[in-house]
Amino acid sequence: MKTGASKRTGFWFILPSMVFVLIFFLVPLVAVLIMSSTNFPLLGDVEYVGLQNYKDMMSDTEFHQTIIQTLIYTALVTPPLFFVGLGAALLIRRTNKLSSFFRTFFFMPLVIGFGSAAFLWYWLLDPGTGYIPQLLRDLGFGAMEKPILGYMPGALLAVILMVVWKFSSLQMILLMAAMQGIDPEVLESSEMDGAVKWKQLRYITLPLIKRTLGMVFILSIAGSLLAFDQFFIMTGGGPEGQTETMVFYVWRQAFRSFNLGYAAALSVVISIALLLVSLIQVRFINEKD
Amino acid sequence: MVLFLSPILSSLFHSLKTPKDSASSPPTYIPPTFSLDNYQSLANSSSGIISDGIYLYIGNSLLLAGLTVIGTLILATLAGYGFARFKFKGREIYFAIILLMIMVPFQALLTPIYFLFAQVGLQNSLVGLSLIYITYQLPFSIFLMRNTFMVIPQALGEAAMVDGCSPFKVFRSIMLPLAQPGIISVALFAFFASWNEFIAALTMISVQEKYPLPVVLTLLSDRQMGATNFGFLQAGVVVTMIPCIALFLVLQKYYVSGLVSGGVKS
Repeated sequence: MKTGASKRTGFWFILPSMVFVLIFFLVPLVAVLIMSSTNFPLLGDVEYVGLQNYKDMMSDTEFHQTIIQTLIYTALVTPPLFFVGLGAALLIRRTNKLSSFFRTFFFMPLVIGFGSAAFLWYWLLDPGTGYIPQLLRDLGFGAMEKPILGYMPGALLAVILMVVWKFSSLQMILLMAAMQGIDPEVLESSEMDGAVKWKQLRYITLPLIKRTLGMVFILSIAGSLLAFDQFFIMTGGGPEGQTETMVFYVWRQAFRSFNLGYAAALSVVISIALLLVSLIQVRFINEKD
Repeated sequence: MVLFLSPILSSLFHSLKTPKDSASSPPTYIPPTFSLDNYQSLANSSSGIISDGIYLYIGNSLLLAGLTVIGTLILATLAGYGFARFKFKGREIYFAIILLMIMVPFQALLTPIYFLFAQVGLQNSLVGLSLIYITYQLPFSIFLMRNTFMVIPQALGEAAMVDGCSPFKVFRSIMLPLAQPGIISVALFAFFASWNEFIAALTMISVQEKYPLPVVLTLLSDRQMGATNFGFLQAGVVVTMIPCIALFLVLQKYYVSGLVSGGVKS
């Protein structure tokens, strides 16, 4: 099918989706760049301010603080996500009835929404009626003096716990799929050579799934840098803004303070940061295992 | 495994307590008496927290998800087939744009989308919101459909073309039925994404009658007379979770294959 007619046919198949991409992606993408160089008040005339918004960002210590907090969150949530995911993948990588039964339950947190999960944990951690403080009391840790979500570092750690609960099955399934792609003979021959289990993991299994390892790391990093729902719902950014993330701050600037121009500039900066992270991901995807 | 399931069961148990039991501290793990009171007050809005019964909001979420699933399916099957079978002008550019869509965070475009929607009166419109969801489901869905169509033998379509079928007829009558597994995965992910999405819904919809379920939960968690009614909130959480869990249990195979094969954005 290399005729001119087929070229046009292909175009007709693509066109409908292209219209959506144009209107709801490319137009906003151009708009955010334009908006970022204006003051863009909700009412009144739009005024071109050049790079002023970007200059303001340099001295916006509140924004800097949210960058640091987002980076800390990302650094803290990525390792437990990975290790729980890897552990689960090793435990139930065999495809028998029992392991697929376990896998089903393991996936439950992933399929429920982020919003539902956050509201679930918001209650679960409630000092009065929540089950977790009660469980801690029952286990003899004593009554908690302060509500977990109201204080640092409890608030941050609680959110991390929720996210690990929710997303480690995603990491597990990606790692498991990669491990199942390994030639079983490679593993068998290393076992015959007397390789201990963890050495086999360290020197054979993990290097063979390097590409997937890179992908799950990037996935977790990119997702964490954009964190919003879990903090908005569980901590409201508190205590005293200490769990406010970058996206949270931008959202507040745009939709609470209505500084649309400044929010647009912040959005551009975050997009560039994420674009860089994603470029690393593309490198991993293109790289052969 | 118990660790992963128990929060969900806890939520279910807590929602099945009487309002008095669900407010009592310390809590009991298992409801002393099972009661549907929390669900009843969700259903008939007698709580005063939400202005309408929960059915209205379930309807909003269903409408949103239905539109997103249908729109995504139509656009992604067409485009996926186009990418899998045809060479056309601008193919590389379009492909690059779709890659760019994966990289640019959707949250960063909320501000301009909000502004643009305000200009054309699409704020507070569930249809408008579904248009956004459809668009941002496209990269994942197009890739998945492209991969699905690529493994269908091309000869099947060519034979029909020789018999005088139009390319679109080949697509509709021969290719689509064969692409069913991919179609189910795409539909499933479009449902999950639209049913659960939070930040755009929170931003775009500001009138309560149009709230989808995840945003309704923010109302249910509001304090009434100094305290959140957690049994009531968990009933809302359960209502929001159940369709996802049910669909997953029925279509687990398609969910897992979608996760593994697709660009993986969940």
